[in-house]
Amino acid sequence: MSTMTADTASAVRTGAEPPRRVSPRRTLSHGLTLAWRNIAQLKHSPEKLLDVTLMPIVFLLLFLYVFGGAVAGDTHSYLQKLLPGLVAQMAMFATMGLGTALAEDIQKGVFDRFRSLPIARSAPLIGTVLGDTVRFLMVVTVLVGFGTALGFRFHTDPLSVLGAFALAYVFYLAVSWVSVLVGLLAPGPETVQGLAFLWVMPLTFGSSVLVPDTSTMPGWLQAWTKVNPVTHLADAVRALTTGGPVGNHVWYTLAWAAGIVLVTFPIAIRMYNRRA
Amino acid sequence: MSDVIRAEGLRKRFGDTQALDGVDLTVRRGTVLGVLGPNGAGKTTAVRVLATLLKPDAGRAEVCGYDVVRDSVRVRAKIGLTGQYASVDEELTGTENLVMIARLLDFSRREARARAKELLARFSLTDAGGRAVKTYSGGMRRRLDLAASLINRPEVIYLDEPTTGLDPRARGEVWDTVREVVADGASVLLTTQYLEEADALADRIAVFDHGHVIAEGTSAELKARAGRQTLAVRAADLYRVEQLTTIVADLTGARPEVQAATGLVTAPIGDPAVLSAVVRRLDEAGLVAAELALRMPSLDEVFLTLTGHHAEPAATETVTEGSLV
Ligand SMILES: Nc1ncnc2c1ncn2[C@@H]1O[C@H](COP(=O)(O)OP(=O)(O)OP(=O)(O)O)[C@@H](O)[C@H]1O
Ligand SMILES: [Mg+2]
Repeated sequence: MSTMTADTASAVRTGAEPPRRVSPRRTLSHGLTLAWRNIAQLKHSPEKLLDVTLMPIVFLLLFLYVFGGAVAGDTHSYLQKLLPGLVAQMAMFATMGLGTALAEDIQKGVFDRFRSLPIARSAPLIGTVLGDTVRFLMVVTVLVGFGTALGFRFHTDPLSVLGAFALAYVFYLAVSWVSVLVGLLAPGPETVQGLAFLWVMPLTFGSSVLVPDTSTMPGWLQAWTKVNPVTHLADAVRALTTGGPVGNHVWYTLAWAAGIVLVTFPIAIRMYNRRA
Repeated sequence: MSDVIRAEGLRKRFGDTQALDGVDLTVRRGTVLGVLGPNGAGKTTAVRVLATLLKPDAGRAEVCGYDVVRDSVRVRAKIGLTGQYASVDEELTGTENLVMIARLLDFSRREARARAKELLARFSLTDAGGRAVKTYSGGMRRRLDLAASLINRPEVIYLDEPTTGLDPRARGEVWDTVREVVADGASVLLTTQYLEEADALADRIAVFDHGHVIAEGTSAELKARAGRQTLAVRAADLYRVEQLTTIVADLTGARPEVQAATGLVTAPIGDPAVLSAVVRRLDEAGLVAAELALRMPSLDEVFLTLTGHHAEPAATETVTEGSLV
């Protein structure tokens, strides 16, 4: 390879007939290459992680000291309830950047390059979603690190804790596809954030994230929080990290995740194909 | 099969705009087709359809024998695309961009790195390879974009206005690259608004206007279609310009244009044989010509003849000058 001279650098590669379809195995490999792209970008633009670094800290401090006394009587016991909830909420917030990044890629023409390559049309979307794992890890690391400094403690075995974060990650991946959809639907990168708030806010605040005991809410809101998947995720993470009955929350969360992916993934792929 | 691209009756509509209105195109293997047209003529739309990025509303197109709609994955394995706007990732380095695309083209890690290195060297980007693309100049970005579309050694290369916004030196480099890839056996479809560029690079030229191909042929054929050549004679003795003008008017039957400052007399002619008659008459009159030539019409004149308007508003001045010189 290295002995190749400049003259042959562009010599046309004539070869066997190319395959007609891209196999799932190759699609996954292309997806991983594109996930690597997202991570490599951070080397040159680390400021992209600023939101997922600062947001957990600001929210944790704010909620802890604003609601702590009122909801739980004291901030220390509220912290034990709040932090697992925030893992669920911040995971949702972290997906919002994805839509913006996608809209920017489309606007800048990077996706045109990908679309002209013999790779599956889903590969760039899969790559973006997988690459954003970094943002999830950042959110969780900051929350747990900062929370621990403020006095948060795990009360269960490491396996349960790991299970809690794995569940949050699965849900995060599923919700990422909603963000993908928003990124594809938005007229431009500037509008993505606004659109994202429209669905992230009711989902995360209309849940048991901040107020574990929802019985003081009006009936219609209680009904909503009961079906809201963020409630189930928050309750599952809470039980798995600080103890208490896990109930059906894990299954509800997984079912919701599966449902979200089943609906949004095919629509996202179709939208992406049609996007001129 | 000697045609690498064959398109018939391509149509594409965006809202109220009929971007392509029945476009037929063929590109023979190993040649360059220049798609020439003003802003909004439909050049980019045609490229995007042929690169499988857009589905045509009607018509069909084959690239290397594969249908662009039904066999799009295979078409994409055969093509390289440099779009009108650089499509490299600003937040990666030059090397990372090329390695990423090579990996997407199923190069092994080692092969990908070697290919990236090789192409960076070829496009004089070796020193910049480790820097993020957001620090590159426009010309460097274009070169990287071009390098990215050559990674797979594609059989067919689309270049959508590859030199727009480049300085003359960078433009010359792109031209050299186009000639090299063609010498290596690739076929190129190149869009441009520069008549000079189509003239310099293309074997055949398709002139686009409002989604139609209004003319197709070699540069010489198109010039011939625009009809007449121009006779240009300059008198060595400025005092005898008037006499020269009379002779030219007499032989061409046209009213010559005279450039007073230089003594250049020009007139359109129908029959090239007039040239020898001019030489004889000048000889008889003892008139010395400092310059005597037959000029081909410029491509802009071709465009004017074919469409009734200039190829680009900015070119109008050059043309007026050109017809005087
Ligand atoms: N995605 C789109 N949506 C709406 N209109 C479009 C779209 N793409 C192209 N058009 C319109 O179609 C027409 C042809 O556009 P196209 O980009 O193919 O022209 P072009 O010859 O490449 O022009 P230029 O020299 O400016 O690049 C234009 O009128 C353009 O506004
Ligand atoms: Mg264009």
